[in-house]
Amino acid sequence: MSTHRSLIRIGDLGAEDVERVLATAGRFGEVMERDIKKVPTLRGRTVINLFLEPSTRTSTSFELAAKRLSADVVSIKGAGTSMDKGETLKDTILTLETYDPDVFVVRHPQVGACDVVVRYTDASVINAGDGTGEHPTQALLDLYTVQREIGAIEGLHVAFVGDVLHSRVARSGIAAFRMMGAKVSVVAPPTLVPRHLAEALGTEVSADIRDIAHADVVYVLRMQLERMGTGGFVPSLDEYARMYQVNHDRLRSGQRVMHAGPVNRGVEISGPVVDDPSTLIEAQAGNGLVVRMAVLYDVLTEEKTQAPSMRGATLEAA
Amino acid sequence: MGSKILIDADQCRRTIARMAHEIVERQSDISAIALVGLHTRGVPLAERLRALITDFSGIQPAIGSVDIALYRDDVGVGGGRRGVVPVVGETILDFDIEKHVVILVDDVLFTGRTIRAAIDAIFDYGRPPLVELAVLVDRGHRELPIRPDYVGRNLPTNTGERITVHLAEIDGADEVILEGTA
Repeated sequence: MSTHRSLIRIGDLGAEDVERVLATAGRFGEVMERDIKKVPTLRGRTVINLFLEPSTRTSTSFELAAKRLSADVVSIKGAGTSMDKGETLKDTILTLETYDPDVFVVRHPQVGACDVVVRYTDASVINAGDGTGEHPTQALLDLYTVQREIGAIEGLHVAFVGDVLHSRVARSGIAAFRMMGAKVSVVAPPTLVPRHLAEALGTEVSADIRDIAHADVVYVLRMQLERMGTGGFVPSLDEYARMYQVNHDRLRSGQRVMHAGPVNRGVEISGPVVDDPSTLIEAQAGNGLVVRMAVLYDVLTEEKTQAPSMRGATLEAA
Repeated sequence: MGSKILIDADQCRRTIARMAHEIVERQSDISAIALVGLHTRGVPLAERLRALITDFSGIQPAIGSVDIALYRDDVGVGGGRRGVVPVVGETILDFDIEKHVVILVDDVLFTGRTIRAAIDAIFDYGRPPLVELAVLVDRGHRELPIRPDYVGRNLPTNTGERITVHLAEIDGADEVILEGTA
């Protein structure tokens, strides 16, 4: 059982923790502007990235984040592991545990996979997306992006549009934006909204795309075709696009559009909006690196002795 | 646990002024030096030294600040509780580091580990021709081969004692206090 700090759901953090991580991410932003974009902070630590579901952005940025902090990184992708031969998640973790890692970064198609991983390791566990569950580091980088590109999060109105039901980005993002004082609303076809969402989260839920008009930020959610099966959630993608696609006709000037990627151009979002330089989509992708550095720093470091930089003006005998 | 004021506000002011004079005296080209304060209290100290040096010499040296959180040798792996995460401060080195004599500025010199970390941080930005060290108080007990070039006061202490520096910019008043005396 892991006794170390983990980040499995955004609710593991309080507002103060979030602010600390965002501030640390800003400092890493400064490090990334230098000639030597690497600091020795996590020298000697081992990070295992276990990605059992496709990922480009998250896996790349986590790997580079660990490397920029001087940790040793092993990245394991779904295909080509012993899990193809039927090894269970538990046995995979127990095997990897013998290498004494300090962090497992886990992406898995099943909700709650990280709760299983935590049970069998001494390492910290960071959830990099568990099925339709949570994606806390995405929520943190979304907050960071808004803070940098727009300003204060408190009082901002963020509208999440589209497939909320299957979206871990929405699940973590709604909670995160609300924790930091933003107003959150949801615009989606009723079949793609979890039941009791309005009561559970206290968010306005609407089925009318025109209700994005009052939002400062329009957060477009990917239609998760791979998770829909033959569920009949929408009559057709064309009809979904006609009713709910975020395009320039439906946006007013000054609204900023976000999307966690990958985008389905022409489905949940129009091509011209994706390519519009005023959207925050590229900034989101770019900010993944420094935010994930900050998360690794946050779960792995703590004061061991009274620390030089934290001592204020007080020095105690070692 | 007693405590006593070792250096009061007036003595602090004169000590810092003397350090500024020493720097001016020893440096042939003031325009080629950079005063780099270590977070937290080295930063206002560096600013004060810079103002005084500008007064005394008519030339304004460059200024910077360095935070060593990412270079420390004493951060551990989390131990089951939410411990304190070392806050990462701002490092600003807006001058050509390859062409400036870097004078590191800190309030108290003790084990030397902070200075070791600061030197590592500086070298990730470039290769200065010379690095020197200015401290308001040297309390001894070095654990590394590091020595200061400019010292405000040498205050030999026991390891059980604590030296606390207060600066007006951060703490409201200037004073150096010894705590833990019998």
